[in-house]
Amino acid sequence: MHLAQRALRRAASTATVALLAVAVGCAPQPEEKASDKPSGSGAQACAKGELDTEVSGKLTIATDEPAYEPWFKDGKPLNGKGFESAVAYAVAKQLGYDKGDVVWQSVPFNKAFAPGEKTFDFDINQVSISDERKKAVDFSSGYYDVRQAVIALKDSKAAKAKSIADLKGVKLGAQVGTTSLDYINDVVKPTEQPAAYAKNDQAKSALKNGQVDAIVVDLPTAFYITAAEVTDARIVGQFENQGGTPEQFGLVLDKGSALTSCVTDAVDALREDGTLAAVEKQWLSDAVDAPVLK
Amino acid sequence: MTLVKEESGGEPEGDSGEEEAHEAYVPSRRRIERERYKRSRARRATAIAALSTLVTGIVLYLVVVNAPGWPRTKETFFSAQYAREAFPKVLEGLWLNVRLLLVCGAAVLVLGMLIAVARTLRGPVFFPLRALAAAYTDFFRGLPLIINLMIVVLGVPALRLQGITVDPVLLGGTALTLTYSAYVAEVFRAGIESVHPSQRAAARSLGLSNRQALRYVVLPQAVRRQVPPLLNDLVSLQKDTGLVSIGGAVDAVRAADIIVGRSLNYTPYIVAGLVFVALTIPMTRFTDWVTARMDRRQAQGGSI
Repeated sequence: MHLAQRALRRAASTATVALLAVAVGCAPQPEEKASDKPSGSGAQACAKGELDTEVSGKLTIATDEPAYEPWFKDGKPLNGKGFESAVAYAVAKQLGYDKGDVVWQSVPFNKAFAPGEKTFDFDINQVSISDERKKAVDFSSGYYDVRQAVIALKDSKAAKAKSIADLKGVKLGAQVGTTSLDYINDVVKPTEQPAAYAKNDQAKSALKNGQVDAIVVDLPTAFYITAAEVTDARIVGQFENQGGTPEQFGLVLDKGSALTSCVTDAVDALREDGTLAAVEKQWLSDAVDAPVLK
Repeated sequence: MTLVKEESGGEPEGDSGEEEAHEAYVPSRRRIERERYKRSRARRATAIAALSTLVTGIVLYLVVVNAPGWPRTKETFFSAQYAREAFPKVLEGLWLNVRLLLVCGAAVLVLGMLIAVARTLRGPVFFPLRALAAAYTDFFRGLPLIINLMIVVLGVPALRLQGITVDPVLLGGTALTLTYSAYVAEVFRAGIESVHPSQRAAARSLGLSNRQALRYVVLPQAVRRQVPPLLNDLVSLQKDTGLVSIGGAVDAVRAADIIVGRSLNYTPYIVAGLVFVALTIPMTRFTDWVTARMDRRQAQGGSI
């Protein structure tokens, strides 16, 4: 009899301990914000260099590794070279953080959107803004209008395509998690299932090896690949924007982050004073136009 | 494993006639008392176990549901809308996993057996074959599968050999077969070497040649003994088939990946994970059943 009692006692004590743990777990956390809307921007909220950042007095910016050209140069976001690196430092300056106060962090694409504590203030990684994604994270306003382009080896039949219809019978490929893949599935609707690669590197190899006839990437990347990496490939053409709204890259922040409005204001200011246009001209100047596929 | 043993090995299969006494056996009062007491203890133990399981379950549930980040976690990992969207796509991708499993599984068994036999051949004349088989298993067991896949799926087509396929699924299947046949060869070899030397000696003394002894005496015992670890490798292979997506092929996990990338919602991963588990459970049960059956066969006349 007393054996059972002891077991019961033990169970009860375990339950008590666990319930205590629950009670502690329920304690509200200061970082959590119930509101879906970013807090209203006041002059106070965006005091220069005094934002409520991860590490106080520093601005922690995340991007994936490896960091690709032409967005970053030599795979080093720190050097301020490459379009996104330059944009990141311009935003930091606008927010009142010097070059020395910017800390870079390498965060894989997928991990940047996982719920839970964020270790960075914002992420810059060629992430296209979409309403669906806005349910999971906050975006700043767009800092670059992006177009998607098709690349094929010069001697392939895909290189002769003049319209979207010409691409229907072609084996296409793109990186997973990109709008490039959405363009293939929603705009081209090819007869053969498109190949989906974890990284653009693998998509490039597959193109070189003839495992796919053509790949879809964003236009600046397409120019870089055809100019420097797969020189026997050429840009077949670019897609028109879906639904008439330009696709834009935005900075990614935690859902309900207190910084969203300040970062958005900074991006807007940089667009208005021409900084974004100048940076774009400097780093993406060869991204002139390619023929539009209708 | 032990569960099944307790169920089937506890009582001997069928009545063996030798144990039956001539007179009908009447259990003594003391024995009846003892058994009743044992039953009551067992009932009590079951009740306590059930209660503590229930308490644990409730506590875990409360901890998770009351966690500060639960609403968002729920939306991100357990969204019904995305589960509905992902399920058909994941199943479509799973068909690729299943086909790869069947084809590679068969190839792995054949190749693994050949390598194991090559390693266990006796006689100095076979030394190069033994050395080659040993080198093969050492190399492919040591080489990380993901690197093997990279080299085969992305490297082989770069050679531009005439008549060699560039299909990422075929190439990926080849890479899987290379790695897993090395694992399975070692399983088979352990089985062959675990057969007692007296078996071989007995077979030889009956006039069987070396080859016949291997074919009729050693291998049947070895294979029977190796069924559980072999099925273990098969379950492992089933999950690794997804890695061929490195070459762009869309398997169950990659199908989930595509939706996750677009929506930043992780529910499709959960769906893909559950689908894989659902596929593994029947295989695990089958393994248990085979093992139990073998135990029964070996322990004919009841276990001691």
